[in-house]
Amino acid sequence: MDFELDDEQQALRDAVRGLLKVYDPATNSERRREVTATDPGYDEDLWGRMAEMGLLGLPFAEDDGGMGAGPVEVALVAEEIGRVLAPEPYVAAVVLASGLVAELGSDEQRAEVLGGVASGERLLTFASGEVAEPVIQGARADTIVWEVGGQVFLVDRPEGVTGYRTHDGGRAALLEFDRSRAIALGAGGFVDPVLRKVRARAQIAACHEAVGAMEAALALTTSYLTTRQQFGVTLNRFQALTFRAADMYTDLELTRSIVTWATLVAADGDEDALGDAAARAKLQTIRAARRIGQEAIQLHGGIGVTDEYSVGHFTSRLTALSHWLGDAREQLSTLSAGLTRYGVLDPLD
Amino acid sequence: MRLRLTEEEAAFREEMRVFFTTEIPEDIREKVRTGRHLEKDDFVRSMQVMNQAGIAVPNWPVEWGGQDWTPLQKHLWHEELQLACVPPPLAFNAGMIGPVIAHFGSQEMKERFLPATRNLDIWWCQGFSEPNAGSDLASLTTRAERDGDDWVVNGQKTWTTLGQHADWIFCLCRTNPEVKKQAGISMLLFPMDTPGVTLRPIKMIDGGYEVNEVFFDNVRVPGENLVGEVDQGWTQAKFLLGNERVGVAPVGATKRALATAKEHAVQLGALGDPLLAARFVELENELLALELTALRVVANSTDGKPHPASSVLKLRGTELQQAVTELLVDLAGPFSLSSGSQTVPEWAAHAVPTYLNFRKASIYGGSNEVQRTIIAGTILGL
Repeated sequence: MDFELDDEQQALRDAVRGLLKVYDPATNSERRREVTATDPGYDEDLWGRMAEMGLLGLPFAEDDGGMGAGPVEVALVAEEIGRVLAPEPYVAAVVLASGLVAELGSDEQRAEVLGGVASGERLLTFASGEVAEPVIQGARADTIVWEVGGQVFLVDRPEGVTGYRTHDGGRAALLEFDRSRAIALGAGGFVDPVLRKVRARAQIAACHEAVGAMEAALALTTSYLTTRQQFGVTLNRFQALTFRAADMYTDLELTRSIVTWATLVAADGDEDALGDAAARAKLQTIRAARRIGQEAIQLHGGIGVTDEYSVGHFTSRLTALSHWLGDAREQLSTLSAGLTRYGVLDPLD
Repeated sequence: MRLRLTEEEAAFREEMRVFFTTEIPEDIREKVRTGRHLEKDDFVRSMQVMNQAGIAVPNWPVEWGGQDWTPLQKHLWHEELQLACVPPPLAFNAGMIGPVIAHFGSQEMKERFLPATRNLDIWWCQGFSEPNAGSDLASLTTRAERDGDDWVVNGQKTWTTLGQHADWIFCLCRTNPEVKKQAGISMLLFPMDTPGVTLRPIKMIDGGYEVNEVFFDNVRVPGENLVGEVDQGWTQAKFLLGNERVGVAPVGATKRALATAKEHAVQLGALGDPLLAARFVELENELLALELTALRVVANSTDGKPHPASSVLKLRGTELQQAVTELLVDLAGPFSLSSGSQTVPEWAAHAVPTYLNFRKASIYGGSNEVQRTIIAGTILGL
């Protein structure tokens, strides 16, 4: 068992971190605000540079125009995105929507669609049901990967869709599929197991995005505690505050462990274990995200509730990630159903 | 990154599992399984079986009976031991004084004590805390004064766990009151039946006896029983407490307790209640996150330095250990009041005494507030 990145993975992480530095609140507090203020709510030039770096085709087979990388590489990209709250819809477009095309598409569909995704020319998103909301980037996406009744189709974005801004600075839309021209992915038919698998991978990637955001929120908080002065001393002189920061750290480290483990389960290819592993990672992430998000604001005081300062935006994003792709109730329900199938839970078996 | 154990690691784990479940006497394991009181002889028999196989003190130097295992192997040894309901090797011997003597003691002292210590022929107790030196251990006032070659000890220790069974004590004493409090402490070893040593058991809230007060009235200790150098005691104590925190996260035992609680819930037909089921799920999940954190720590501490995340293990580990005792109380419901009854299930009768007893877990081994201070100070730089 080994939880550390190898040299190549570290190099990838450093490159992604460098690319996304424009959003780092420490270097440029305005960039994210500018980008999220106007549609489509992300930086299309930066999206192009992510494509050039190979990030948008990272998990696809090389034959499909991708890089043939695995869940670990996807995870570290997601974590870097979370760290600076980059508004680019990476997990929704690349991991979830395109992930279904990679799994289900015919040779031609994969070559055409995934090639466009990897080059940054075509934005995909995922929608479920005849009336779907909220669909991430539903007003901007070129192609919708549409699930209805357990079958998956490719659909052009319906005409005349108006999107809206979400509380975390992202974009979403209501999509109605009424006599839309839908093309089955691959051979068509009911594909619930594939849907579950790809959704689980996207859940895990979203957890990594949250881990990045939690780490950054904690770092902002500790930095604030060591600089802000009240009563003539810096705030880190108050044990009532530092103990809470210690609890945030504990939450973060436990979450990092379980989320990383879930990624390794995904990388291991054990599809029977994947769903529960994703549910476990998601549950832990949701619990930690709420505590860390709230404490990060509280330890900052009033500034934490302002739009001007970044920490509240972390809490907003963490809340969005917690309710996207299954909330705590869904994970509890999934895991409760399996409680009597084992005695001791053993991650090494 | 790699999920699975290597073939060698998996084989090692299996070897440990077979050993613990077949070589340790079943009557002892059954006592641990049901939460019954363990006698002195249970600890001794269990540790001697392990020592004969050479696995009682894997963390010691190899030349003194330790094992040249990787941190992961040591972790697997510890987990399998707990899962098999084996009483862990006596902490005062295996985890505390043994490593201190092996590291700081003279060759003569090592030869005299280490073989008997790992075989539990000597039962050690810990003379650290005092009535006015708890978390602030360095404030201790028990003093040792020179008289010829000997030391004469006067003062009092408290919270001396299982001191009623002990043959010897390792005792922190103030040997120089003139210097900074940490710089004037030494560690002395002496038999509990030395004239002037008086032990008074402290009855605990669960009705049992685990800890004691120990009083010293002109206790004469030969000079050769001083560990290492005079006034080196604080360094030795920090070394000891550092070892204590490793492996203090009782993951395996808590997992087993939670699985047992689940069996009780199934028998009670209570697991259909979604509120109760959710409570199990949340606890299992947090425990999984803790176990994986422990694995992260051991898998990445090969250079001997503890991983920074190790400090969360004691903190969250004891919180979860306590949470499982709470769950058992709630499962027992009104029967939890029947702690003296012979008719309610044994686990239900034990539930509240165990719950009350385990409030200790967030206090000993560096209280959880001390752990938060360490995390805030050394990790977060606050």
